This record gives sequence, C-alpha cells and structure tokens, in this order.
Amino acid sequence: MPFEYAPAPESRAVVDLRPSYGLFVDGEFTAGSGTFTTVNPATEEVLAEVAEAGPADVDRAVAAARRAFGPWSALPARERGKYLFRIARILQERSRELAVLESLDNGKPIRESRDVDIPLAAAYFFYYAGWADKLGYAGLGPDPRPLGVAGQVIPWNFPLLMLSWKIAPALATGNTVVLKPAETTPLTALLFAEICRQADLPPGVVNIVTGAGATGQALVSHPGIDKIAFTGSTEVGKQIARSVAGTSKKVTLELGGKAANIVFDDAPMDQAVEGIVNGIFFNQGHVCCAGSRLLVQESAYDEVLERLKRRLGTLRLGDPLDKNTDVGAINSAAQLDRIRELSDAGDAEGAERWSPPCALPDRGFWFPPTVFTGVTQAHRIAREEVFGPVLSVLTFRTPAEAVEKANNTPYGLSAGVWSDKGSRALWTASKLRAGVVWQNTFNRFDPASPFGGFKESGYGREGGRHGLEAYLDV
Amino acid sequence: MSDRLGVRKTYKLYLGGTFPRSESGRSYSVSGASGEFLANAALGSRKDVRDAVVAARAAFGGWSGATAYNRGQVLYRVAELLEGRRDQFAAEVATSEGLSAAEALRVVDAAVDRWVWYAGWTDKIAQVHGGANPVAGPYLNISTPEPTGVVGVVAPRESSLLGLVSVVAPAVATGNTTVVLASETRPLPAVTLAEVLATSDVPGGVINLITGRVAETAPRLASHRDVNAIDLTGAPADLATALEVAAADNLKRVLRRPPSEPDWTADPGLGRLTAYLETKTVWHPIGV
Amino acid sequence: MLVFRPPTLGSMTVTAPAPFSEVTRSESSLRTFLHGLPGVDAVGADARAAMLGTRSIKTTSKAWALDLAIRMVDLTTLEGQDTPAKVRALAAKARRPDPADPGCPSVAALCVYPDMVPAAVAALAGSGVHVASVATAFPSGRASTAVKLADVRDAVAGGADEIDMVIDRGAFLSGRYAQVHDEIVATRAACGSAHLKVILETGELGTYDNVRRASWLAMLAGADFVKTSTGKVSPASTLPVTLVMLEACRDFRDATGRQVGMKSAGGIRTSKDAIKYLVLVNETAGDDWLDPAWFRFGASSLLNDLLMQRQTMASGQYSGPDYVTLD
Repeated sequence: MPFEYAPAPESRAVVDLRPSYGLFVDGEFTAGSGTFTTVNPATEEVLAEVAEAGPADVDRAVAAARRAFGPWSALPARERGKYLFRIARILQERSRELAVLESLDNGKPIRESRDVDIPLAAAYFFYYAGWADKLGYAGLGPDPRPLGVAGQVIPWNFPLLMLSWKIAPALATGNTVVLKPAETTPLTALLFAEICRQADLPPGVVNIVTGAGATGQALVSHPGIDKIAFTGSTEVGKQIARSVAGTSKKVTLELGGKAANIVFDDAPMDQAVEGIVNGIFFNQGHVCCAGSRLLVQESAYDEVLERLKRRLGTLRLGDPLDKNTDVGAINSAAQLDRIRELSDAGDAEGAERWSPPCALPDRGFWFPPTVFTGVTQAHRIAREEVFGPVLSVLTFRTPAEAVEKANNTPYGLSAGVWSDKGSRALWTASKLRAGVVWQNTFNRFDPASPFGGFKESGYGREGGRHGLEAYLDV
Repeated sequence: MSDRLGVRKTYKLYLGGTFPRSESGRSYSVSGASGEFLANAALGSRKDVRDAVVAARAAFGGWSGATAYNRGQVLYRVAELLEGRRDQFAAEVATSEGLSAAEALRVVDAAVDRWVWYAGWTDKIAQVHGGANPVAGPYLNISTPEPTGVVGVVAPRESSLLGLVSVVAPAVATGNTTVVLASETRPLPAVTLAEVLATSDVPGGVINLITGRVAETAPRLASHRDVNAIDLTGAPADLATALEVAAADNLKRVLRRPPSEPDWTADPGLGRLTAYLETKTVWHPIGV
Repeated sequence: MLVFRPPTLGSMTVTAPAPFSEVTRSESSLRTFLHGLPGVDAVGADARAAMLGTRSIKTTSKAWALDLAIRMVDLTTLEGQDTPAKVRALAAKARRPDPADPGCPSVAALCVYPDMVPAAVAALAGSGVHVASVATAFPSGRASTAVKLADVRDAVAGGADEIDMVIDRGAFLSGRYAQVHDEIVATRAACGSAHLKVILETGELGTYDNVRRASWLAMLAGADFVKTSTGKVSPASTLPVTLVMLEACRDFRDATGRQVGMKSAGGIRTSKDAIKYLVLVNETAGDDWLDPAWFRFGASSLLNDLLMQRQTMASGQYSGPDYVTLD
C-alpha cells in the first residue's frame, strides 16, 4: 500500500505581509518613483506592491550611503563587528518568518529556505562579523582600508542568501551599501531592512532600492559608488564591465555557469545519484553553479541512468510551503518561457526528453524535473544556461575526455567529480577550469569557503578570507 | 539598613559541568582588596586536579570535533550571557581587584569583547594559520591546525576576570579543553564565570576550574601525563622553572610565565591561539 | 569451493540465486564480488538519511503510519532475567497492545531467547502473532557452528516461526567471507520452514561499505531478512545504516528477482523515529517493503510510545505513560 504524505503546509501566519513596501533609504522607508507588484509564483497571487526606485531615488540612496560611510568606517572595527553579530542573531531569531516569506516570494520549497537559505544567510553574517576587527590578519596588508559606497545587485534565486553574501563582507570591511534585490523577489530584502533597524544599525549604512533592470542600471552607473558587486547573467555582467571602463570602480561579478557533473564508474553510486539530483534540481535548477551537464563514464551509463530515473520518481513537486515538497515553482513566467524555449530546442535538436510522472498544479509557474539524454556538446541545452530543472546527459570514455568536455564552455563557475579514487578525483579537479570543484558532493556552500568563477562566469570571489579582498583597497 | 539578612553564595569548584566542593573538604578565606572577608572558596586538592583532567579529556573529542562555526556560536553565547550579568561581575571585580565602579565596568566590557574576539577566530584561524603547500611533485599538500588536547592553565594572579578570559578563551576557541587554576587570592570572579559557562552552551568538561593554593595544585597539573600543554602565566615566580621542568616529562607545550603580568587591554594577537595548535600536513597524490 | 560445515547437516540445496551462482563458488570469487560493489560515501549517506528525517508526516498519514508501525513491531525481551511469566505478559501485550481499544492492531512477532519459545508459542496460539527467537549464540555468536546450529534447532523445535541469527563478525572483519556465508547457509537449512533473519551487528562493522557487503553476503546465502543489530551493542540501528541496507535489498531484488526483508533493531524508541524509518523505506526500497512481511522494528519501549501517539491522535490530548500498560 502506498504511503501518501498528507499535506503538511508551513503556516503563513508567521509572516506579516504588508500591502505595500517602500524603499529603505537612510534608515527610513520612503516612497519611490513608481510601483510594481511581486507575486507568489506558485499561485500567481499578488503578494504586495513595492516601490520602484528611479534615478533620483538611487541618488538619494547613494548620498545616504556616502554620508554614512565616514562615521561607519571610522567606528572601532570591533564595534562594527558587533553590529553584524547582532544582525546574525536577529536573522536566526526570525528565521522561520524569513523562510516562509522567501518561499512565498520565490517559489522555492520551504525545506530549502528553512534548512539552507536562511541558516546560511545568518552564518555569512556571523562569519564576516568576526573578520571586522581582524582584517590585519587576512594577508591583505597590515591596514587594509574600505572602498567607500558599494552598489550591489543581486538575483532572484537565493534572495536573502545573496544579500548576505553581498552585505556582510561589505559592512565588515567598513563600506556602506546600496543594494538592489531582484524585482521578482524583493520582500526578504525589505524585511532585512527592518532587521537593520532592530539592530540599531546607523541610518544610511544599508540602503535597499527595489526595482527592475533600469534601477540596477542607475545604481551601477552611478558616479557616487566606488564598488560594484553583481550577481546575475553573463550578458549583464559584460555590460557592467564595459560601463566601468575608464573609471576607478572596483568590480566583482558572479555570473552564469554550465557546470559539468562528472561521474566515473568507480563512484559511490547511490550518493552520486543524490548528488546529480541535488546538483540540478536543488532550487528548481535556479542555481548559477547547477550541475546542468551530467558527464557519465560510458561503462556506468546504464546503471546511473536507471538509478537516476528511479530516484526522480520519488521527487515531490508542488506547494512550496508544504514541508515535504522537494521541487517548487519556477520563479517567474519569463523564466518559465526561457526554460520551455531551451527544452523545445533540445527536442528539435534530437535529444531525448524524459520526465517522471508528475502532475503540475493548474495555477502558477511550473516545470517538471526533466532529463535529456543523447545530448552532444553541440546542442544548445549543453551550451546555454537553462537556469531550470533540466539536466543534459552526455558520456565520456576516459578522464581526459571528461575534462576536455567539461572545460569546453565559455563558463567556468563550478564542477562536480564523483569517484572513490582520490588521486583521480584530484587530478580531474586540477584540470578543471572552474572556480569551485565539488568531489563526491555538490552545491555545498559555507561562509568560510570562497566562491566565484573562471572565464565568463565572472571575477572576484565571495566568501571566506578571499571575499574580503573585493571590498578593500588592495 | 534593611532588616533582611542577605543569602550568601557558596563558591565551589567547576568540574565536568558540575559544581562540587573540593573532594578534600577544605576551604580557604578570600579577602577583598582592602582586606575585608569576602567568602570561603574551595581549597582544591591534587585529586581535584586529577578529576578535572579526566573531565577535560572526556570532553575533548566532542569539543574538538564540533565544527568551528559551532564553537564560534558557543563562545559568542558566553559573551551574551556575560553581558547580561555585567553589574554582578563589575561588583565582584571591583571588590576583588580594588577598582572603582567605572574601572570595573570597563574591565567587564573588555572581557565580554574578548569572548567576541575569540568567537570570531574559531572559523578563521585555519585560514590564516594553514593552507596549501606547493610541493614539487604531483601531490595535494595541505596543512591544517588542530588543537593540542588538554591544556592546563595557571590563570593570571592579578586580573581576575579579563586576564582569566584572555587566557582561557583562546585555548578553547580552537578546540582544546582546559583545566584552569584560578587566581589564588582573587578567585571569586572565576567561580562566577563558571556559573555563566554552566548556563551557556559550552559543554561540561571543556573548561574546568579549580580554586585554591596554586603552589599545591600547579605541580600536579604540570606533571600530569594526560595534559598536553600548560600555560604558566599566573605561576608564582619561584615555581615557574620547576613547573616547566615537570612539564618536560611528556613534552607539554609550555607558555612561559612572563616577567610581569601582561596588559590585558592590549590587542591579544594570535599567540595564545597558536600556542595550543598542532599543524597537521596531509599529502595526497594527484594522478589519473 | 565453499565448504559447508558441519558436514553432518547432510545435503543442502540452498544456493545463491542464478545470476550470482558463480559468485559464491569460492572464497576469492566472493571477495571479488563483495569488494566490487560500489562504495558508500558516508557523508552523503548520512546527509540523505538526515534529509528524509525532515519529512513531516501529519494527520491521516500519521495515523496510518502509526498503525503500520505497530503491526511491524517485533516486541522483544532478551534479558537474563526473563521468565515464562514475563513472556506470557508480553504475549498478551503483543496480541492486544491497547486493551482499551479493540481497533488497535497486534504486533508482528514476539522475540525471545530459545528457551522461552515454548512459553511464547503457548501464549500466542491462534493469535497470528509470530514467535521469533534469537539463536546462534546470540548476541556475540562466539560458539562453534555445531553449538549455534543446535541452538537454532532447539528454537525451531520449540515452535519458533522466525529465527534471528547473528553473523560471525570476527570472521567477516578478517575477510573470511566464505565462512560467514557457509554458516548462514547452514543456519538457513536448520531453520526448515522458519524465516531466517540475519543480524549483521552493524555497530561492529565499522563502515557503511562493510554494511553493504555484509547485506549482500547474507542475501546471497539465503537470508529472508537482513537485520541491523542485536540491540546489545551501541550504536544499534541508525537511519543511515538502514538506508544502506535498504539500498542493498532494493538492488538485490533488481538483480535476482528475490525480495528480502529488512529489520531495524535497537535504539528506536519514539513514534517520531519509527515514522522516519517508514519514510526511509518508502523513498528508498519503495512501498513493496511497507508491510510487516517485509519490514520490522525490533523494539521494546517503542510500542508504548506508538500507543500513546495513537491515543493522542484519537483524543487530541497528549497521553502519558499511565495510560499504556507496562509489561
């Protein structure tokens, strides 16, 4: 008899959704130049109206950050650190509220927002809080100085977590920030603004301007900022790199990826299958470092595919707030269109599409976990970032061929290697042109661990000791 | 003056997460800076030292095996609880050390901040004190610091709280466990700190505290073969060399007694973290 | 060639399933096979089990799971102080776990030492509750094969429906796989029509790789069930150990067509724990194993917690230990 799990929805009551939200500038919530709405992608329900920051609003925010920079950077470093410790603690205290809000706004399963996004966001603040008064030990010179005002633009896939990757190191090193969250997921950033007030963070140290691409454009091109930190598409990253030419702005870019997940025939198979699933279906595949290209050794192909398909049959797709959901909603209609277009290209180019039996909800934006086999390096689904729950399976015969195929992309963000033979795994890792290589695991993140890409996946590192460098005059 | 008679506290040892009296049944009278009677403190014995080492060793596996992030959270929690008892500590430090109320508060604040400082080091020390080594061959070669083990600490004699925190926190931050001999003449803030530790998330046995005659207990600690390192900061001048000789028996790592008690308000640096760390280097071949 | 001992057992027809008949032919072929199984990455296995432990089972599915868990319990008493009176008391509990509720199902079996089997059989006659007996010099297994088999025959003669044997962990850890295999084969033969559960004592095997190999070894030798632990060694059953064994059961059926049951024993004390195991079974081996014929809990105190949770589900009030029977 089948074991049906009754719905186990997390309560929405912990979240106090307001009908409308303003910009957070100089410690106050203020109106913007227009408004837009943010919807729950699982239901298409409008969650709230959010202020849109125009150029004048961005001006105000940058000016507030500039005013705050002097006193903030002059604070004893230890005191700066203690503000960040406070923020870390409030994030922990309000974790369930943040997790529910994140799942509502983003569509990701509550299990992930609860167990991954929010705890990690708090951990990044905790980690960088400790660095504030230890910068002289970071190997970046005896007395590294902050840059000034940082303009930060973050994506919609891990809204609060990406905020923490940006704001925690910036503040720890003595910078002030103007941050623009993605237009489809602004709500946790605005709740974070409230947390800054609870922590008594001085006004202007953190400013949140909401809006779409134009707002981001106004921020990164603003002459009053000293540093740009951008996470998003490679296309926009290149525009930013062009726009700062001839200026003294320091830039870090964390962009797209098309990661290879390489499975050798001596891999720990059950864990490799878990790693493949986690690599591409974690967060609906809305992960820049997703293991979207599975490279399987031909001698293990049948076994891996059989196990993978059986495992995918147990994935639970549906209500993101249900505690048993594994795969949530696609973040937006636009992203769903993009996934459909590339998947259709996969069909048209002759790859074979497979999905487990999987009922999709009537409303909202949904795409089933999908595996394409028979994919070659020439297919669009093997070259372009889908940013969705779509896995392309390719094969190889020798380690050298695996490396050659893995590196055969303009991207270079991450890769996975599955083998129980340590020397081979390390050899493979040493040959991969990627900023993060996971061996016998995938999609692991830790505040102590640097993250960032080679080649067109961007430059600069976030996280760890290396992440400090991006915000210091070194 | 109120008619109410105050209820006084019994000052005990702190061993393995519990507060026993000395197994010897002895106590000694503790006076304030101006000579007034403050309390009777437990007069720890060599058997208390033995029990403390057993407790510290038992706690070592769990504490050193906890993630660095977790240890940081635990130490930060100590700072939170200490801050919550700021006035109590200030009063105790003032009477013990003869400081003004304002001076004592500054000392307590510095002690809180010292816990925060070391809470931040737990997950960073390996990043500044370890790393990959570019050996001339096809090997991954990586050095990581690991805690030495059980650390005996002869706490500073004068600075009863800030000095104590400054020597204990760095030892435990990296995963060591400790047996601490409190200041002989100023032990009361140490016992109150133990009450903070007992209600914090620091596991029992990670920090064990013995009050009493250092000349009686320190030689036992220095010669104990299941102790891996010893900090002689607060050792009596006439005993320091003998303690170091005793420590040589099993090659304890020794932090020598300084000529005079350090200025505990100065930047602590890394020295007290690295004193109790072993560098482990792992080689692994890289080959297809 | 594997040598089956003791030879006095006579002709044995139990052999490994067809695809693996070559595997059990010699010590070296057995070793080659077992060491050729894919490795288990311990960190990954632990993480998978922990993730499944976060499943939230509520309302109707919780009520269903509680009843299923009760039906899967091998109610166990394995103490030096056991007496026929104690066994009779427990048998009454096994038949009717909640005297106040006739709708409460019986447990799967009562698990006792061999000398208590007749008392258990008498007390459970006609109830449908099986009598399981540990045997083979349980829990250490440190006796000659002849003594172990005598122990088994004694329990079977007493009327045991199921035999829970222990493998020779010493032989396994020193690589004498054929010896372990042969002893299981011999025990299987001595069981006659009784079902054989093979206890791996995973707490003594040290690695998940060993757990996987021992599971395969037991299944190749004819085990009807593989079982984690005796309950006398810590750690006993854990979620990741059960995960690895369930994967082995699943893979063995895929390879041979023969389904082998799984029993997790020791350390499972709460309903919450039991439901985590059921989730693990459901999402690893699949619902074919979600039946008392294919999955068991070896437990004693677990039953009362299941009953208290069951009462709580029915009444909406938290129950307490005064409202379940202590036997």
